[in-house]
Amino acid sequence: MTPSVTSTIPATTAAASHRVPPVAKLEIKGVSKDFTTARGTTRALSDINLSIGEQEFVSLIGRSGCGKTTALRIMAGLITPTAGEITIGGKSLWSGSSIDSSVISQLGIVFQDSNLFPWYDVLDNISLPLRLRGVAKGKRHEKAEELAELVGLKGFEKSYPRELSGGMRQRVAIARALSCNPELLLMDEPFGALDALTRERMNLELQRISLATKATVVFVTHDIAEAVFLGDRVVHLTPRPGRIQNITTVGMPRPRSIAAQTDPEFVRIVGELRVALDAEE
Amino acid sequence: MRNEKFVTALRWGATPVLLVVLFGLWELGVKTMNVSELILPAPTRIFQSLFKALGTAQTWHDAQVTTTEAVVGFLIALVFGVVTGVVLGKVPLIEISLRPLIVASQVVPKVALIPLFVIWFGFGMSSKIIIAALMGFFPIMLNVQLGVRSVDPGQRDVMRSLNATRWQTFRHLELKSTLPYVFAGMEVGIVFSIIGAIVGEYLGGSEGLGYGIVTTLNQMDAPALFAVIILLSTLGLILYFLVNVAKRLSIPWHESVYSQKNVG
Repeated sequence: MTPSVTSTIPATTAAASHRVPPVAKLEIKGVSKDFTTARGTTRALSDINLSIGEQEFVSLIGRSGCGKTTALRIMAGLITPTAGEITIGGKSLWSGSSIDSSVISQLGIVFQDSNLFPWYDVLDNISLPLRLRGVAKGKRHEKAEELAELVGLKGFEKSYPRELSGGMRQRVAIARALSCNPELLLMDEPFGALDALTRERMNLELQRISLATKATVVFVTHDIAEAVFLGDRVVHLTPRPGRIQNITTVGMPRPRSIAAQTDPEFVRIVGELRVALDAEE
Repeated sequence: MRNEKFVTALRWGATPVLLVVLFGLWELGVKTMNVSELILPAPTRIFQSLFKALGTAQTWHDAQVTTTEAVVGFLIALVFGVVTGVVLGKVPLIEISLRPLIVASQVVPKVALIPLFVIWFGFGMSSKIIIAALMGFFPIMLNVQLGVRSVDPGQRDVMRSLNATRWQTFRHLELKSTLPYVFAGMEVGIVFSIIGAIVGEYLGGSEGLGYGIVTTLNQMDAPALFAVIILLSTLGLILYFLVNVAKRLSIPWHESVYSQKNVG
């Protein structure tokens, strides 16, 4: 359990496959999180330091309960860190105990569940973020139609969530997260509930979408192959308390095809990560 | 395709067929076993009495009185039930302090209070309206309270991550996800309000269909008594149907509506 390569790796040396600007899109400095319950205080995250570059795709992997969802929720501003600082695009997410809305508005979040609103059809679900910002109906529907096409939902614009399969609902959730042109996309096991085949297809789609929208992505998963297939870098979190064990750079250019999964480099990294994850108790 | 037709046939045809069979057996039984009309009148006698009653202005006046009492009472119950339900659901401190009283007031058989209301508010319509409101209030309030608390935390996260204002969260999330509970409460509440109005008329009325039950009973006119029961059932059905239509129009996306439309 000795931290081998630590979080001090600068983002600029990562993702050698493509150009990473010197300014980090997301900077996590010394973030810790304690949860206090009646039975005492548990440390969920301990001293997380991570710097993610513009347009980089970073996978966050670990066993269940290692704090990866907590870490993502902190980045999303849904929970406050006990210590440390988050900066997005050079601006601090928190100013005191209140959140900076100009920073939040750069984010797009996709949750484990699609969390769609059953009373709205696909177009209205996708364009909800725009609606909250006061964008006129015609304009927001136009954007939603574009996004529906981008995520492969053309022809389902007027469908209600209950009429869609799990994979399609998650596509709607992704489109909704993209509707405000986020610069940073945070995804918490978005395909966890899908079957293996649908999942593989969704991974390819996500790769295409993330490159097309030029978004920076943080992707939480417990699936090693998925993490390596999608990520420029894979961050391995160990549990109790959650801390960064290792950061692996995947030296394969994106976009990657399904065939990349048989590439010796891919196989090697997946193998190493599997050994590292198995070494945990 | 055949299956679909069969389901449609069942939906529209089953009840009339069953009713006709029931009335047929009833008529046959009463006639063959020579049952006294005072105990169980034959359906033909009942319908005779019913059509006679429908021809009199008094019956229509009574129906109007009972409907007004039940509907006005129900609307009052709806307003107060929704407001109290939201407050109790949203402000746990108030709920905690009021919980024993609320439980107690539910356990008290409200029918037992009706004579009191008659003393306080007289023999006219107002005492029945108050009783109908009280009866309809509790199911609505309880359902709304449950609904306000049942907003999905994941959907709340979505609104929070979008930096939604309180009003936006209410309008796009809380209101919409509580509506099915409001309608569930309304469906029970309208039935309770009707019961309240009728029992109020029994115990201290001078008009209305509930009072009609008392007078037909006093006259030992069993066919007329059954006729009033049929009128009351019809009134109940119509009011329940209206609430149900309002529900279908308001929350077409909800399972309770969606699955009803798509059986088979």
